[in-house]
Amino acid sequence: MDAQTIIARRVARELHTGDLVNLGIGIPTLVANYVPPELTVFFQSENGLIGTGPVPEQGMAHPLLTDAGGRPISALPGASTFDSAISFGLIRGGHVDVTVLGGLQVDAHGHLANWMIPGKMVPGMGGAMDLVSGAKRVIVAMQHAAKGKSKIVAKCTLPLTSTRPVSLVVTDMAVIAFPEGKATLLETAPSVSIAEVIAVTDAELVIPDTVPEMRI
Amino acid sequence: MRAVSVEEAVAMIPAGASIMVGGFMGVGTPERLLDEVVRQQKSRLSLISNDAAVPGKGVGKLFDATLVSRLTASHIGLNPKAQQQMLADQLAVDLVPQGTFVERIRAGGCGLGGVLTPTGVGTSVAEGKRQIEVNGTTFLLETALRAQFALVHAFLADYLGNLTYALTARNFNPVMAMAADTVIVTAEHIVPVGVIAPDHVMTPAPLVDYLITNR
Repeated sequence: MDAQTIIARRVARELHTGDLVNLGIGIPTLVANYVPPELTVFFQSENGLIGTGPVPEQGMAHPLLTDAGGRPISALPGASTFDSAISFGLIRGGHVDVTVLGGLQVDAHGHLANWMIPGKMVPGMGGAMDLVSGAKRVIVAMQHAAKGKSKIVAKCTLPLTSTRPVSLVVTDMAVIAFPEGKATLLETAPSVSIAEVIAVTDAELVIPDTVPEMRI
Repeated sequence: MRAVSVEEAVAMIPAGASIMVGGFMGVGTPERLLDEVVRQQKSRLSLISNDAAVPGKGVGKLFDATLVSRLTASHIGLNPKAQQQMLADQLAVDLVPQGTFVERIRAGGCGLGGVLTPTGVGTSVAEGKRQIEVNGTTFLLETALRAQFALVHAFLADYLGNLTYALTARNFNPVMAMAADTVIVTAEHIVPVGVIAPDHVMTPAPLVDYLITNR
């Protein structure tokens, strides 16, 4: 199983029936593919839709029905549409149960940086700052390391997305939470040892007595 | 509301004007108005738009023609031309979190001086802004945003100017239709009064100044 699939499958287990969920672009988008069919989860697209469905079949796309990246999507029975003020009212107002976002860095206290690399990449924050400020649970889905460098760092060197800590980080190697403001190893990926996780993690990790293997 | 040709409507916009344009990644954008803005070469525009779209689509056309000197947006990452113009200092960009962006416009349209939001507190977004504590929570004071012109795209417009929008093409359009001195609208379909039931009107007719007639 590749890294992205491990992450997406593990994040999908965090969702529950009735949840209103917002998925960011990249790995988070894949999470929708692994939600068990018996769960009824509402996915929001922040450009104004609850009830996003899969990419329409060839020839069935509607130019006025797209995801936040402008790609054609469909709408499931029971879907609703609304303007951007409502859409971000839902997000900032605590009505979104779970948001899953990509990350550039998460630090030892759970702070996320995911919107710019000064001098290199200045795309803008889009909806990320509102999502991290307002969603009930914030899950970061990202690779544990990029080009051999840990993305779980002692302190973020990139500009923060929010000062509110995230709830959970799911990587291809581990699941990490931040009880009492300390990065704590909750699970390891299949066939990854605790020592291996520690070796590729910049931030100091609290290691509980038992660290189960991820179920995916 | 007055029905006018697209040429006549765009002729009212001076160079250097502030315009807000509806749409999200070019979906729900009044393309005919933007094509005409390019044809009439309205330059030095101060553009308020969620994103810079992509080259050749939506507000992306304005960057193709280098007509924008100032942009207020939440995301420009998918338009390399806007990025280049920003890095070359031809374009001043004010990046605003998307929820703050829409609330500032809503405030501008609703007679409010601004809004208090938790988004951005403690980040670079907070630099130079007033922070206000309410019941123990810190908020940023984000000021209202208005423009001289709002360019709006509807799905249906009736002969009076009542509007509805379709699917994800609604986005910023009804909010912007409240927040400009002059509101100019294109619609996919112009329909008789009554086709849009009162309960289904999303932008009431008195907000619309000009409706672009069919070709």
